[in-house]
Amino acid sequence: MAFKLQVEKRSADPPRWLPAATSIGAVVIAFIISGIILTIIGGDPIRVFSFFYEAAFGSWAALSDTLVKATPLILVGLACTVAFRMKLWNIGAEGQFYIGAFFASLVVLLPIVPAGSSRWVTIGTMIVFGMIGGALWGFIPGFLKARYRVNEIITTLMLNYIAILWNNYWIFSKWSDAGFQMTPVFDKAAWLPRLADYAREFAFFSGMTLHFGFVIALIVTVIVWWILSRSKWGFEIKLIGDNPEAARYSGINIARNIVLVMMFSGALAGLAGMSEITGVVHRLQERISPGYGFTGIIIAWLAKLNPFAVVLVSILFGGLIVAGREIQPSGLAQLIQGIILFMVISSEFLLRYRVSFFGRNEAETPATPSTPEAETA
Amino acid sequence: MSTSTNAPPPDYRVLAVDMSNIVIRFPGVLANDHVNLTLKQGEIHALLGENGAGKSTLMNVLSGLYKQTSGTIKVYGEKVDFNSPRDAIAKGIGMVHQHFMLVPTQTATENILLGLKEPRFFLNLSRYDKAIRELQEQFGLYVDTASKVWQLSVGEQQRVEILKTLYRGANILILDEPTAVLAPQEIDELMNTMRALVAQGKSIIFISHKLHEVEQVADRVTVLRKGVVTAEGIPMGNMTKKDLAQLMVGRDVVFAVKKEVREPGPVVLSIKNVSATNNKGVAALRGVSLDVRAGEIVGVAGVAGNGQSELAEVITGMRECTGSITVNGVEVANKPPRISIGHGVSHVPEDRTHVGSAPNMTITENVIMKAYREEPIGNRWSVNYPLAHDNAEELKEQYDVLAPSVDTMARKLSGGNLQKVILAREISAEPRLMVAVQPTRGLDVGAIEAIQTLLLAQRDAGTAILLVSEELEELMALSDRIAVIYDGVIQGIVDPEHTGVSEIGLLMTGQVSKEGG
Ligand SMILES: Nc1ncnc2c1ncn2[C@@H]1O[C@H](COP(=O)(O)OP(=O)(O)OP(=O)(O)O)[C@@H](O)[C@H]1O
Ligand SMILES: [Mg+2]
Repeated sequence: MAFKLQVEKRSADPPRWLPAATSIGAVVIAFIISGIILTIIGGDPIRVFSFFYEAAFGSWAALSDTLVKATPLILVGLACTVAFRMKLWNIGAEGQFYIGAFFASLVVLLPIVPAGSSRWVTIGTMIVFGMIGGALWGFIPGFLKARYRVNEIITTLMLNYIAILWNNYWIFSKWSDAGFQMTPVFDKAAWLPRLADYAREFAFFSGMTLHFGFVIALIVTVIVWWILSRSKWGFEIKLIGDNPEAARYSGINIARNIVLVMMFSGALAGLAGMSEITGVVHRLQERISPGYGFTGIIIAWLAKLNPFAVVLVSILFGGLIVAGREIQPSGLAQLIQGIILFMVISSEFLLRYRVSFFGRNEAETPATPSTPEAETA
Repeated sequence: MSTSTNAPPPDYRVLAVDMSNIVIRFPGVLANDHVNLTLKQGEIHALLGENGAGKSTLMNVLSGLYKQTSGTIKVYGEKVDFNSPRDAIAKGIGMVHQHFMLVPTQTATENILLGLKEPRFFLNLSRYDKAIRELQEQFGLYVDTASKVWQLSVGEQQRVEILKTLYRGANILILDEPTAVLAPQEIDELMNTMRALVAQGKSIIFISHKLHEVEQVADRVTVLRKGVVTAEGIPMGNMTKKDLAQLMVGRDVVFAVKKEVREPGPVVLSIKNVSATNNKGVAALRGVSLDVRAGEIVGVAGVAGNGQSELAEVITGMRECTGSITVNGVEVANKPPRISIGHGVSHVPEDRTHVGSAPNMTITENVIMKAYREEPIGNRWSVNYPLAHDNAEELKEQYDVLAPSVDTMARKLSGGNLQKVILAREISAEPRLMVAVQPTRGLDVGAIEAIQTLLLAQRDAGTAILLVSEELEELMALSDRIAVIYDGVIQGIVDPEHTGVSEIGLLMTGQVSKEGG
């Protein structure tokens, strides 16, 4: 065939719809590829995927499970979004999640509020403590970067391991429940309300595990959106992300913002940890996160750093996790997630390069600058 | 690897480049509308036009960076279709962009060889040094090729860029506003280089807003206005600056703005015994003292690299120093930029792309880059974007910024239009002190006239202005006093009414110094 594949660097401004289209396309293609793999290993992709859909979204109970899984994902996705907007590569949401959970647990384990306090006092204090814990874990790399220019990618990554081991130490030793790797179950006052709690009034809710953390996540989404797109602080974050030298010239304190944004990002991840232990497991235990902090990075990326898109993507990923539990081979959900990640990364290529197929003689091309470096002057 | 020794001899009958009916369309902008341009072999062809007329865009197409929507390009009679700068250089076309694309941490030689198939690794570079030295001698492009690029002056970096294109075998050179960043004597050297190049059969397209340079070197001229050709390859012969300006902006341009005599007010900026080092850690300012009063423009004249950039930076808090700097009696030295901004100091920075603007933010956002904190744009927590949008629209109108809307991102603006956005932001802040470094750099003649008028209006309204410029003409026209700086020391402060250019020139080269001021 006289066809040629041509790859050109594209202008710095791909069409407006393209970023969203590549995200959606990445997901669609990931499903198609998984379908092909399923066919090869002798499965029936249509049946598998419809089962997937049923398991994740097919009933109110399934949807409730999916939203439970989506809740921590939304919060860590927002945590990454906030930091990435400033080109601050916080990949420590996982550790911040654990420390947030740990600090929130202190409220009942030490205890900080006296036993027998009302639910809202307990929960409220745990929210504050969870966020403080995460913020503290964000402060360390933020301070090191602002003060000593230590690369935050390395520090946040290392702090993940410290956080997980720190948690393990306490649940293996002082607060171990009869030698198991978990603390005793918290007092009911430290449980976030669930739909099932109201089953007596609304029979429909019986068995539904969706907890108040989801509502918190949605409220936080709106707050983050407002901060990023309407507030003065959000303007500073955007300006620093785009051109730090111009930000300095405008009188913005960059060091201070590095610390603050890291702390804010950490606080959101810490809140995710708090919501998970008070809404789902009701105790501090080992492996409360199956890598939410890392999934948050993929989610923020796939959502193109848009807070509302983070919610949608998190629900999709939540559905994948729920459905993945119900199906054999059990690795399928991870496989799809992995392929989505791969697709997202390769779709970045599409945003930067223009790929065209054309025959030998064809010359028609739209006026597209072929590189972003073109300096108009 | 072909070096440039095989260039064909000058021959005006041969068309090196023939661009015909070139249309270039961006979303919402018709940058070039059926443009024709021919370049004869061995000529210097000037490409003129207002800011945003489409000059850089047209040249980006010729050098393979962009692709035209329609139209054909012939190089030495052969129809070409470039998909990348690599394709263009293969046909002998090389472009020197206004903002250089060198790697600062590598040596000049490494930069020249960068990206070539050979050498694969930077070993045995001396082998290549010989070829580069030959080129240098052939065209008078002297640079210490063993130096790292960041250690070179802007003029030297430009020579490296030219060497780089020549080394790749360019016979057709495109120079996009090469003189905007050069000091006057560097401009003379560049002109000599250009003449040497065409004498040996190279052909040059030269973009500039400085009409006297065009008068000096160009053989023919093509003028663009709003994407359309208004003069196609006219011989320079009897053209005057006035004719050119008329062709560019479609009206007569007054080349001298009128300055009223005015008694300056109290001291606003007071600099006492300030010293500072430059980026390389070498002393750039040595005990500078200078006052600027309200309603006064103090010009700073000097050859580039003698401390004037650093002087602007220490006042605005962008650089550390010793000594004392006060604005209305408040110490601002070694305080973050926020402090000087808070005390009414505006700053038009030297580097509009790396310091003065945020490329991926809109015109509106670039305009409120400092004003977002204070009422009325900034509320307690939030930014009043609708108001910012309206203000930006007014400024776009007032400063004649050419862009589809105020939502256009800064990086899509032409060089001159970006400069206008920065000027709009800094002047509209109604500062008490304005530090303006090369405020008219990259502007077309019409815009220069408008900005100079605005600066004078600011002065008449009582603003103290420190004007750093390499254009002596501009300094003479606008300044009430001119401080001449050489090697970080103020050599003297002169009155432009009673001082000749030659005397200032002597001060600038440190050959004499004048007491007092
Ligand atoms: N990548 C782009 N996307 C959209 N519009 C663009 C892009 N590049 C240039 N333009 C627009 O095309 C027009 C011509 O720009 P160009 O840079 O060619 O002007 P110019 O003649 O070089 O002006 P100046 O003298 O100010 O440098 C301008 O209106 C500019 O905003
Ligand atoms: Mg230009």
